[in-house]
Amino acid sequence: MDTHITKQPKGLKETKPILIIFFLFLFTIATVILAIGMGPVSVPAATTSKILLSKLPYLSNLVESGWTQLDENIIWGLRLPRVLLGLIVGASLSVTGVTLQALVRNHLADPFILGVSSGASATATLGMLFGTFSFLGTYSLSISAFLGAAFVIIVVYALSRVNGKINMTQLLLSGVAIGLIMESITKLITLSAPNALGLHNATFWMAGSLAGAKWEYLTLPLLAMIICMTILLINYRALNALLAGDEAAGALGFNVNILQTMLVLIASLLAGVTIAVSGSIGFVGLMVPHITRLLVGSDHKKVLPVSAFLGGILVVWTDVAARLIIAPEELPIGVLTAIIGGPFFIWLLKRNARK
Amino acid sequence: MNLHVENLSFSYNEHTILNDISMKVASGEFVGIIGPNGCGKSTLLKNLYRSLTPDTGSIYLDHKGYKDLKVKELARKLGVIGQDNTLPFDFAVNDIVAMGRSPHKKLFQGDTKEDMEIIQNALEKVDMHTMADKNYLYLSGGEKQRVLLARVLSQQTDFLILDEPTNHLDIHHQLRIFDVIKGLGATVLSAIHDLNIAALYCDRIYVMKNGSIYKSGTPEEILTTDLIQEVFTIKTDVRIHPVTKKVMITYLPESILNKGENNIEED
Repeated sequence: MDTHITKQPKGLKETKPILIIFFLFLFTIATVILAIGMGPVSVPAATTSKILLSKLPYLSNLVESGWTQLDENIIWGLRLPRVLLGLIVGASLSVTGVTLQALVRNHLADPFILGVSSGASATATLGMLFGTFSFLGTYSLSISAFLGAAFVIIVVYALSRVNGKINMTQLLLSGVAIGLIMESITKLITLSAPNALGLHNATFWMAGSLAGAKWEYLTLPLLAMIICMTILLINYRALNALLAGDEAAGALGFNVNILQTMLVLIASLLAGVTIAVSGSIGFVGLMVPHITRLLVGSDHKKVLPVSAFLGGILVVWTDVAARLIIAPEELPIGVLTAIIGGPFFIWLLKRNARK
Repeated sequence: MNLHVENLSFSYNEHTILNDISMKVASGEFVGIIGPNGCGKSTLLKNLYRSLTPDTGSIYLDHKGYKDLKVKELARKLGVIGQDNTLPFDFAVNDIVAMGRSPHKKLFQGDTKEDMEIIQNALEKVDMHTMADKNYLYLSGGEKQRVLLARVLSQQTDFLILDEPTNHLDIHHQLRIFDVIKGLGATVLSAIHDLNIAALYCDRIYVMKNGSIYKSGTPEEILTTDLIQEVFTIKTDVRIHPVTKKVMITYLPESILNKGENNIEED
């Protein structure tokens, strides 16, 4: 009959997940090779590929060297860790967004809504300007930001538990309130800063930037990402059921309290570790999950991997723009994501209001 | 599958909502719960499907206490259609019905061919199989309710707890949904607000008032002019319908009744 008329346009919803992920993987590799070459000093994609291949075991002998040491330093020492960090940070922020949105059953939840970034900024600034956490060594910035994030999460979490269950309104409101308190504390710290250079660095970091990327920054975020992603994917059915409501999820055999606790912890861990290395890059966790759902529907089995890839790709390209727009100076990437993300958020708000 | 509730009480913020409730649902029975708004029907059902935990009392499903049943184990025996069925994200009808397979699945296990067949059958039973690819958000109220029924069907439980499953539906869809449920042969406990629907489908009825069980029995025993007057404070005319052989209730509202009395006086 006329069933072809009644069907909605499906986009990629019928395509097998494995196929979509395969294409996204190829796209990611292309992104890495192209993005590495772009910046104040541009390197042709062919040279980039050769340098990368020469670093791979077994293949290094097959590539004839024809590049300068400077190119190699830029590619291997500066840009590659930066691009890879961009991928990990983008993926983590997007997955954090997906996690929080499942937790609060709302499109508008963002990793930053719990005040996590503000908390991380406060302690990180404290460490940066006063050297409070310098006894922690090379990881002092990461660890101090992580501590701040963890602190906020524990406080917000404790405040939002009513009668043994997480009350969503309390969660969102206490997130906003704690976030504001933390921002004020950050201002207090920066205003009483003893040195101007530290202040400039702190301001740049707070606005979100991948500029300081080093190889050793990658380990912790990558590890956190792999662990959290595995746990989330294993529980993809539970995440789907949670979108239908606490009661429905319970009736479908999921332990809702344990599940929500798990999601809070995962979101906090991912956001904390990410913010520690990149500062607050806002709105990625809002935009990417939404675009992903438009493309592949709301099934978390697809949403989780697809949004991770898309988030990584988005952050890498935004970062390319951040280092090209006012080259040789750099824009903080957080400024760019906010300029795109702000209107996107408003559009979502209006769209939600119409429904 | 049978359900056995003993002396269940529940209070919220020191406010007693359910007071010493005991009830039984035997295997294969279709049992209704009726009562005025705010009498505690929904709260009782929530306690029974473990969304709320009773303060005192015990619940047994097939003689097994709820305390000894894991959440997942319970979900394989007991299907639920609750009141809050909003879904703020766009899922295809298929995806929603597939959620019903969750309690039968291990972590990260995908849907097998058998699951697909179960989902397809469930959709056919509620006559929604042509809409399988449609977005749930764009369905009408009746269609949404049928999809939720299909989700419970794909859960393949022997026991169903339903909280006014035909709320807000037109009479055609009300009858259809109850016909499907009745046709399953499952054990059913359902809150029903339409007394005539309760009369048509229930084997037994519990009447609730102010958080307690007021009375229980067959529709013929329960749905009498006196009892309806006591519980709902309305006047009714109750008789057995010649075709259905079931109790039929006609409401006699004040406005019409007064007019009738006036007419009689004039005669």
